[in-house]
Amino acid sequence: MKYVQPGQPGSIVAVEPRYDNFIGGKWLAPVAGRYRVNLCPATAGAISEVPESTPEDVELALDAAHAAKDAWAEASPAQRTAVLNKVADAIDERAEMLAVTESWDNGKPVRETLAADIPLAADHFRYFAAAARSEESSISEIDKDLIAYHFREPLGVVGQIIPFNFPLLMAAWKLAPALAAGNCSVLKPASPTPWSILKLMEVIGDIVPPGAINVVNGPGGEIGKALATSPRIAKVAFTGETVTGRLIMQYAAQNIIPVTLELGGKSPNIFFADVMASDDEFLDKAVEGLVLYAFNKGEVCTCPSRALIDQSIYDEFMGRCLDRIAKIRQGNPLDTGIMLGPQNSAQQLEKISSYVDIGRAEGAEVLTGGKQPHIGGQFTGGYFYEPTVLKGHNSMRVFQEEIFGPVLAVTTFTDEADALAIANDTLYGLGAGVWTRDGSRAYRMGRAIQAGRVWVNCYHQYPAGAAFGGYKISGVGRETHKMMMEHYTQTKNLLVSYSPKPLGLF
Amino acid sequence: MTGQVTGERITATPAARHAIGRLRAARAAPVMFVQSSGCCAGSVPMCFPAGEFLTGPGDVLLGEIDGCPFYIAAGLDRALGHPSLLLDVAPGRPDGFSLGPGPRLRFVTRPAAEAATTSPPLPG
Repeated sequence: MKYVQPGQPGSIVAVEPRYDNFIGGKWLAPVAGRYRVNLCPATAGAISEVPESTPEDVELALDAAHAAKDAWAEASPAQRTAVLNKVADAIDERAEMLAVTESWDNGKPVRETLAADIPLAADHFRYFAAAARSEESSISEIDKDLIAYHFREPLGVVGQIIPFNFPLLMAAWKLAPALAAGNCSVLKPASPTPWSILKLMEVIGDIVPPGAINVVNGPGGEIGKALATSPRIAKVAFTGETVTGRLIMQYAAQNIIPVTLELGGKSPNIFFADVMASDDEFLDKAVEGLVLYAFNKGEVCTCPSRALIDQSIYDEFMGRCLDRIAKIRQGNPLDTGIMLGPQNSAQQLEKISSYVDIGRAEGAEVLTGGKQPHIGGQFTGGYFYEPTVLKGHNSMRVFQEEIFGPVLAVTTFTDEADALAIANDTLYGLGAGVWTRDGSRAYRMGRAIQAGRVWVNCYHQYPAGAAFGGYKISGVGRETHKMMMEHYTQTKNLLVSYSPKPLGLF
Repeated sequence: MTGQVTGERITATPAARHAIGRLRAARAAPVMFVQSSGCCAGSVPMCFPAGEFLTGPGDVLLGEIDGCPFYIAAGLDRALGHPSLLLDVAPGRPDGFSLGPGPRLRFVTRPAAEAATTSPPLPG
């Protein structure tokens, strides 16, 4: 089925001509009165106007968050849990509307937003609702009369800067643990995807207390920096590229506050020869596992963008994968039959195209794709790129740098040690995939790969409850797990003496 | 600014130099560039007021453009095979916390081999 594009008669998504910031539970126009047009990546046409905010708007959001933080911190776990569960229920109730909105704002196919982004976002709030409800502090009996009480206390107001590739899901990843732990947030969406989070606030804005969530849109160089450098935040969380990650750490150092960072990867997806031992459902799953590089048009920090295939099965296995890739349907992201939508922006498209040219110049062989498709109609100006496979070797730039598009770099290995060496020969350590019918080999490889998440006989699953985060330069901290509650709290120790006796020193 | 000088591996198109000149004039101070990597807006040269981004022994100075230094992390430099880069401008918006070269423009880097052959026309 095809959803009607937002704003058109018959669409399930209403579009206002202009949106404002969401601050203190209200829609506030940006102080300087500046707006810009937000473009749809599928058509390069306008969706609506969004604020081009200035640091004054960040200050208003911080004012609102600080005004709200004491009451929210003092809300009982049961009260916080109830709010987060209501948020999840509201997302579920409006799932289809949010899925279409997300697809139109980002370009991702609606089959993905319906199946993954939106249900996962709702589930994330539910998971952290449960985490909040079941939090327990600890007591240590130092000796008979000296007791150490450990309480987890909220940090206060946190700054959260999210990326354009999963605008709603990344908002949920960041907001749910922050709120569960009793904090208030000032959230800056990515500049290319300012809209879907505002539609989310239309859905959940009345459920959370005013000031608990504040959303400010605008240029990173102005408001992202204003937020990250503010002495009024107690923590900053960021997902994006490495230079901004370093800069955020630097600003955090100046304020002596903690950071969590997720900065990308160049994830290996390793296929051992035994995946072809039988022509069965598992082999079919492994073929799909390789083709998952095209999930969300490759705009995923954990995109399995390096396929390492045992040389003894390369021809037959890659042949099956290329057949599957040839069946990828590309076009209108609002068509549930479409698997590959447009890249998020013209500049992303240009970068991808430039990397494929770099690959060609380095001698990589283009096995499929390598150009923009002709989609036609209203999508002629959209930022589409064909699913592409480059064959080469791991020292090529296209194997080393994150392309952030539907571009797979494929190479072969000779044995397990070779596979491991290639897998770890990268600056990054976010994700990895291992495909084998040999459980012992899967375990050995899983433990030896230097990455925070190793998928074994699966890929691109992001359930709440499985910790996600990077080794090496891929970042600091772990999301999507209740350990995130520690990243959003600080420990208060009450050390209490129940003894009447003096120390006897003075 | 403890980055090691490894020679002039950065060049700039006339459009990039013009943009740097305007940024310098507007701020009465030089700017600096750092090549980024990784998620989302990876592979993009970030432009900051000079000194804004702290460099260290793990950063390589590729060279200077009109008094503005251009850095890359040494690990990234190695992984990319010590490339020579061409700084240019293109339509779009600056990424991250980067300064932009002008309205609706952003800085980009291209392989230096493309020098003098591909500078897209500037809008407006």
